[in-house]
Amino acid sequence: MNNGNMTKTVVPSDDRDHSVAIEITNMHKWFGKFHVLKDINLTVERGERIVICGPSGSGKSTLIRCINRLEEHQRGDITVDGILLTDNIKNIAEIRREVGMVFQQFNLFPHLTVLENCTLAPIWVRKLPKDEADKIAMRYLERVRIPEQALKYPGQLSGGQQQRVAIARSLCMNPKIMLFDEPTSALDPEMIKEVLDVMIQLAKSGMTMLVVTHEMGFAKTVANRVIFMDEGEIIEENSPDEFFDNPRNKRTKLFLSQILSH
Amino acid sequence: MDKNPHNTGIRQDLPPPKMHVGVAGWIRKNMLSSPTDVFLTVISVYILYKIVPPLANWAVLDAVFSGDVNHRNECREIAAGACWSVIVARFEQLLYGFYPVHLRWRVNLTFILLFVALIPLLYDQVRGRKYLLWFTLIYPIFAFFMLWGGLGLESVESSKFGGFLLTVLIGVTGIAVSLPLGIALSLGRQSSMPLVRLLSVCYIEFFRGVPLITLLFVASTLLNYFMPPGTYFDLLLRVIIMVILFAAAYIAEVVRGGLAAIPRGQFEAADALGLKYANCMRLIILPQALKISIPGIVNTFIGLYKDTTLVVIVGLLDPLGISGAALADSKWQGLSTELYMFIALGFFISCFAMSRYSLYLERKLDTGHKNQ
Repeated sequence: MNNGNMTKTVVPSDDRDHSVAIEITNMHKWFGKFHVLKDINLTVERGERIVICGPSGSGKSTLIRCINRLEEHQRGDITVDGILLTDNIKNIAEIRREVGMVFQQFNLFPHLTVLENCTLAPIWVRKLPKDEADKIAMRYLERVRIPEQALKYPGQLSGGQQQRVAIARSLCMNPKIMLFDEPTSALDPEMIKEVLDVMIQLAKSGMTMLVVTHEMGFAKTVANRVIFMDEGEIIEENSPDEFFDNPRNKRTKLFLSQILSH
Repeated sequence: MDKNPHNTGIRQDLPPPKMHVGVAGWIRKNMLSSPTDVFLTVISVYILYKIVPPLANWAVLDAVFSGDVNHRNECREIAAGACWSVIVARFEQLLYGFYPVHLRWRVNLTFILLFVALIPLLYDQVRGRKYLLWFTLIYPIFAFFMLWGGLGLESVESSKFGGFLLTVLIGVTGIAVSLPLGIALSLGRQSSMPLVRLLSVCYIEFFRGVPLITLLFVASTLLNYFMPPGTYFDLLLRVIIMVILFAAAYIAEVVRGGLAAIPRGQFEAADALGLKYANCMRLIILPQALKISIPGIVNTFIGLYKDTTLVVIVGLLDPLGISGAALADSKWQGLSTELYMFIALGFFISCFAMSRYSLYLERKLDTGHKNQ
């Protein structure tokens, strides 16, 4: 990845542990009285690709949404890129600058062109001049293979194209970590591959990725680790080979038999 | 396989049947396509026949336009239709009220420059928009000194203001200030800070729950009790402030409707990208929310503009007030229809322009995401 002109804006600090991207310890979260996440412990190394799966309502989306504070956790610690996630707005802003996120529903800004979607945050958050932001945006739009759509509006693109724009939009902020919240679940089958291809390419470039997905093929080819969640707990954590061929937990076996049976 | 099994490409393109194109086709398709349609068309034509010719006779063919006529009886001697001479005689008053005659050029100049100030706001493709916007920014100060005087210009008291000058002054100021105030209130109502939210809700509910006339009475009488004795606070200014406060509450609710229509994902995407609250609102949420709110906002603007006629209650002479004075004049007694139609036309032109502009804006801002 060519990011020579953007690393300047990131302040390196030597006292951070450079091998750990995310560390979550004894984290709990409640929605009202409902205990959604129970005692989550997870360490993500830099460059690791982790796939999180599990039945719906198991808390997997909530877990990754806690990492960039779209959801607030009530107990335990989350440390992202050496920064402890607290109520401190500056800390939250700093973490969000380093963490990109891709949503199930794309969440592109419909009133802005594809290019403007990609340059908005670099201009207003990273304070880049417009022409530089444009250049970076075009580079990432080329990487997700839709530079020719730059001047169209999101409403004029297919779902797969929109999701690739969403990925490019996140990458334009030059994040160190990328979170994917069911990125292919809202797509028609023939569009899933084009999005997964982009994600595989991103994984090969060494990006730290946390992916909530049911695409088990993607998990097999890309993931270093697969995490299985159920009822707010991490039930099983294993290498993809072990996870698929030799699941240890009863619930994991049940889940795998359900999604792999057809 | 050179044989075409379906014989396509052999038949020539024929022109469509005559009954389906042109004027005849259009009438058939749009006015006579079913018995109900025929019935409604006939009824409509009959109503138009009953209304339009007599109206045209009265307003144009049998009407007197001459400015040399000085009494309604002279009109009657010439023709049986409308006596527009009253408008000619009172034209300047209807426009300026009692604004000193030798200073009316200042009103004219202010009015013309109003459009120069509006252009960069209404059209974003104008050349030199940046410089024009600077002009728009200083225009209110300029207009204030031009209308009221000061800075070496002969000063004019508010009580001399009247006619459409008053309507446009209150209407434009009200619109220009109530929009940002209303947006701020709608954001305040959504705020996560309880005190800000409480204040916004109280404000909105109070001003929406009280009739404008009451507020105008408060402006004209009660407000004096709350102010230190001896302070003079211009009545017109007080009225304008009340109109602004009143309209802002409505704008706030209209914009709140727009804000409620924005999917949560838009906020989340902005958060995830690290945008601060102000930038998220300014760049992402408000452009979309305001676009949705355009019909409601323009509705409120038109309502505000027409409500300016209520100021006659507190003794300001808007066009209706001026026409009252004209009707009290024995020379023009009984010519209320002419006067009211003229005033109605004045209001219609302004309100219709606002309505058309809002349609233009809606079309321009459509980026096709409804098809998603």
